[in-house]
Amino acid sequence: MTSTTPTTAQHAYGSGPDRGIGFEERVRRVQDAAYRIRHHVLTMGEVQGQGYVGQGLGVADILAAAYADQLRYRADDPHWEERDRFLLSIGHYAIGHYAALAEAGIVPVAELETYGSDDSRLPMSGMASYTPGMEISGGSLGHGLGVAVGMALGLRLQGRDERVFNLLSDGELDEGSTWEAAMGAHHHQLGRLLALVDVNALQADGKTETVLRTEPLLDKWTAFGWFAQRVDGNDVSALLRAYDEAEVHSELTGRPSVILCDTRIGRGVPLLENREKAHFMRIEESEWQLCRDELTAGHEGANR
Amino acid sequence: MTTAPASGTADAPSATPKLKTSAMIASFADPGQKTAPAPFGHALAAAAETDPRIVGLTADLGKYTDMHVFQKAHPERFFQMGMAEQLLFGAAAGMAETGLVPFASTYSVFAARRAYDFLCLDIAEPGLNVNIVGGLPGLTTGYGPSHQATEDIAIFRGMPGLTIVDPCDSIDIEHAVPQLAAAAGPSYLRLLRGNVPTVLDEYDYTFQLGKAAILRGGADVVFVSSGLMTMRALQAAEELAVHKIDVAVVHTPTIKPFDAETVLAEIDTPRLAFTLENHTVVGGLFETVASAATRRGLGKRVVPIGLPDEFLDAGALPTLHDRYGLSRSSIVARVLSELG
Ligand SMILES: Cc1ncc(C[n+]2csc(CCOP(=O)(O)OP(=O)(O)O)c2C)c(N)n1
Ligand SMILES: [Mg+2]
Repeated sequence: MTSTTPTTAQHAYGSGPDRGIGFEERVRRVQDAAYRIRHHVLTMGEVQGQGYVGQGLGVADILAAAYADQLRYRADDPHWEERDRFLLSIGHYAIGHYAALAEAGIVPVAELETYGSDDSRLPMSGMASYTPGMEISGGSLGHGLGVAVGMALGLRLQGRDERVFNLLSDGELDEGSTWEAAMGAHHHQLGRLLALVDVNALQADGKTETVLRTEPLLDKWTAFGWFAQRVDGNDVSALLRAYDEAEVHSELTGRPSVILCDTRIGRGVPLLENREKAHFMRIEESEWQLCRDELTAGHEGANR
Repeated sequence: MTTAPASGTADAPSATPKLKTSAMIASFADPGQKTAPAPFGHALAAAAETDPRIVGLTADLGKYTDMHVFQKAHPERFFQMGMAEQLLFGAAAGMAETGLVPFASTYSVFAARRAYDFLCLDIAEPGLNVNIVGGLPGLTTGYGPSHQATEDIAIFRGMPGLTIVDPCDSIDIEHAVPQLAAAAGPSYLRLLRGNVPTVLDEYDYTFQLGKAAILRGGADVVFVSSGLMTMRALQAAEELAVHKIDVAVVHTPTIKPFDAETVLAEIDTPRLAFTLENHTVVGGLFETVASAATRRGLGKRVVPIGLPDEFLDAGALPTLHDRYGLSRSSIVARVLSELG
């Protein structure tokens, strides 16, 4: 089942952006990481036969850029004091996050096959108490940004400069608590805070625009005092430029940053990209190999 | 949960494959059991045919609380509020203030935890006829504490004037919905959704708001139960009969106001008494029965079968029902050990 799953990265991660290798090379590294993350997502998806595979594939580039380029961490010491914090508030996106933690070397790749199974360290909904590298327990949506505000305040008070990332979903923008936190982050000028919003235009009952319209997003975040950018969240070059730009703006005391990432559900696997968008996707047994083949073909085609 | 195994689980050749958490909403129906699809959605759509005051609201969980059935039948009376539970309850209160009868659905955890203040002050204090419909009550998902509403009844019991209904099956739900719409004042319904077991048609019983009912008599043991645990109680009673133990089952689908009259009459006998609930043993059915018994001056031992006072594990629902004592077999084992 893992025969076509590519091997792990050759270089060590966790030192922050490697400016010594040039932008193009950084992009290539992140693309390769995203490709492996997507394979990991398929591996985990097949264990359940259904689930949040579309979200995991869609968010892979955002996660790859974070773990293969931006974040400072030690894979063998997830509680290292000086690590940047990556907070996943969207518990159901754990499938994507575990894939990224495997790419980062924090979770063994072999363990991904226990995803969502009894006694696994990788439950369907992400929790800090189960998994190394998970900073918070998400799942009840709309908590992450508030906790991120507190972490950024706490670190700054203690004279530290670690960054705090929070990955949230467009559905989480429905919750008042997210906007309370957005105001709090601006009020306290938490410049080391970076919010990443996966705008996949979908939530549980259907398209975001039919459930609760949240646009215009860029205007809203800007009005809330944030340094806001909006990019194609599946375009690694655009993503990295936005991450870099956010880093430039990340003074200890200054405007918090947000990157609004428009992503495509199922990205990298045309079979799933073109299927009717579903929050919880069913994939037939016979389709998994097809998904892997399409993913591999797409990546190799792009590299040719 | 702090005892998660270290890595390397995958290289041990698994003799028995581990069960999977699978869907957010796992079914608790037994294989081959008779079920009815989306009983809540159908009952609400039907009630709305004769009661023009009824409206349906949800917080991005229409598909997951069977509200989509109502939406389809009465699109102009359905309101999607987005994943904003505080808005859901605030708006439901506002609609009720104009004379409508809202049914507002979300998961029990978000109703009880996120939006409690809005339910309490906007709905319950003015005594409005707003009916809160909570999916995934107690332990009905393997997603862990974020989705497991193990203490929803404990939270809600303290709210003055709130009627709390914990139905057993599709038939309870079908009958509860129109009665809740007709009754003045707010309510909380612990929703069972999807293909819901049909159990109580085999008994001489119909749901009556505020009333408990004796589903079967028995000389040795008495079970007082609510919700899906009544189904398990009935199954366990049958199995215990094989052990020559005669078990009575008293179903008390309305937790508040509580039918102490019926229940205490059954408790106040020499039989060994149990409460069975899909809820923590803190603040739910057990303590409801215990406080009623104490008030009456009954010095009676009651054995609680319910969830422990803990944050529960993630995992497959059958595994968790076994682990925490809600499965038929663990009920049987518990009774046998109590009887020595
Ligand atoms: C506070 C809260 N309300 C409701 C839910 C149930 N729920 C789980 S995922 C989801 C959709 C949220 O939107 P989004 O994260 O954008 O969904 P996706 O893109 O994954 O489809 C909902 C309503 C929840 N987990 N938390
Ligand atoms: Mg979304």
